[in-house]
Amino acid sequence: MAAAALLRRSPAARALLSPALSSRLVTSKHHSSSPAPPPPPKAPAAMKTFSIYRWDPDSPSTKPHLKDYQVDLSDCGPMVLDALLKIKNEQDPSLTFRRSCREGICGSCAMNIDGDNGLACLTKISSASSASTVSPLPHMFVIKDLVVDMTNFYNQYKSVEPWLKRKDPPSQEGKEILQTKADRAKLDGMYECILCACCSTSCPSYWWNPEEYLGPAALLHANRWIQDSRDQFTKERLDAINDEFKLYRCHTIKNCIHACPKGLNPAKQIDTIKKLQIDT
Amino acid sequence: MTSRPKLSGIQKQVLALYRGFLRTARLKAPEERRRIESVVSAEFRDNARNVDRRNFVYIEYLLRRGKRQLEQLKNPDITGLATLEVKK
Repeated sequence: MAAAALLRRSPAARALLSPALSSRLVTSKHHSSSPAPPPPPKAPAAMKTFSIYRWDPDSPSTKPHLKDYQVDLSDCGPMVLDALLKIKNEQDPSLTFRRSCREGICGSCAMNIDGDNGLACLTKISSASSASTVSPLPHMFVIKDLVVDMTNFYNQYKSVEPWLKRKDPPSQEGKEILQTKADRAKLDGMYECILCACCSTSCPSYWWNPEEYLGPAALLHANRWIQDSRDQFTKERLDAINDEFKLYRCHTIKNCIHACPKGLNPAKQIDTIKKLQIDT
Repeated sequence: MTSRPKLSGIQKQVLALYRGFLRTARLKAPEERRRIESVVSAEFRDNARNVDRRNFVYIEYLLRRGKRQLEQLKNPDITGLATLEVKK
């Protein structure tokens, strides 16, 4: 079997967080003469159920299903990612999901939590007593459990040529191209995008035309380079996406605004592009 | 002469993928080409024998995985395939 083990990752060592280590540090302060202090009174267990989407390509006869896990919230961090890590550490090491920075800057842990797209590391565990449902990003092909295939999404990002393009040769070799503070301010609300795909996968228009329609994330990045005062291919960029499908499949449904974990407004940026298309 | 059985869409996709691998293998060095062909045909035979033909979810997953691998193989900088046995 080629590539059978591609997605297996060794669980990251969390030695610093392990309870065994911290308790050893505490007891060492008391020396050996006095008995160890009684453990602090335990907070009452607050159990919460997480229904998590499971599908493993290595056992093809098992259909995709939701599996329930009980997590004690009194002994768990506040975010959904903390609960997922706790489940993976203590209950089921086979649970698979992407995660990296745990502070909302990498965009790896994008998933659908209780019906809303978001980053697991920025979504608080809901205080409702009912079970929380965690599933992969909607309408994306699942590779395993909560991991989805982002190839098409990244190719669309690539298709907007997200780099600085100049016609003039640089005035001075090895020098930056400067821009005014006002020009730089135009990029606010766009450069923050971390390409987590929460917006694109929340868009019904993107669900029906994922191949043709670029989606809010890629269009936001297209506008980021259209607006850049240093970029000299504005016209070509506008022409490249002036297409019934690529751009105009946006019907201002505005799910993207609700979904964006960084508080950006892709619909507004798409609107800006549409206005520029009319003006030119 | 009997007429060929009519193929379903997904069967055509699988055959097209297999054909894509064979055509891409032609672009590589002769020795590598033989190795690619044997690896690919073993993989396809293995799955044809072991995968439940009604398990569309899994077959479509394998198709997407195969397409991704084919895209990588098409890169002229990629000279060949290597496999390793995973003991189960």
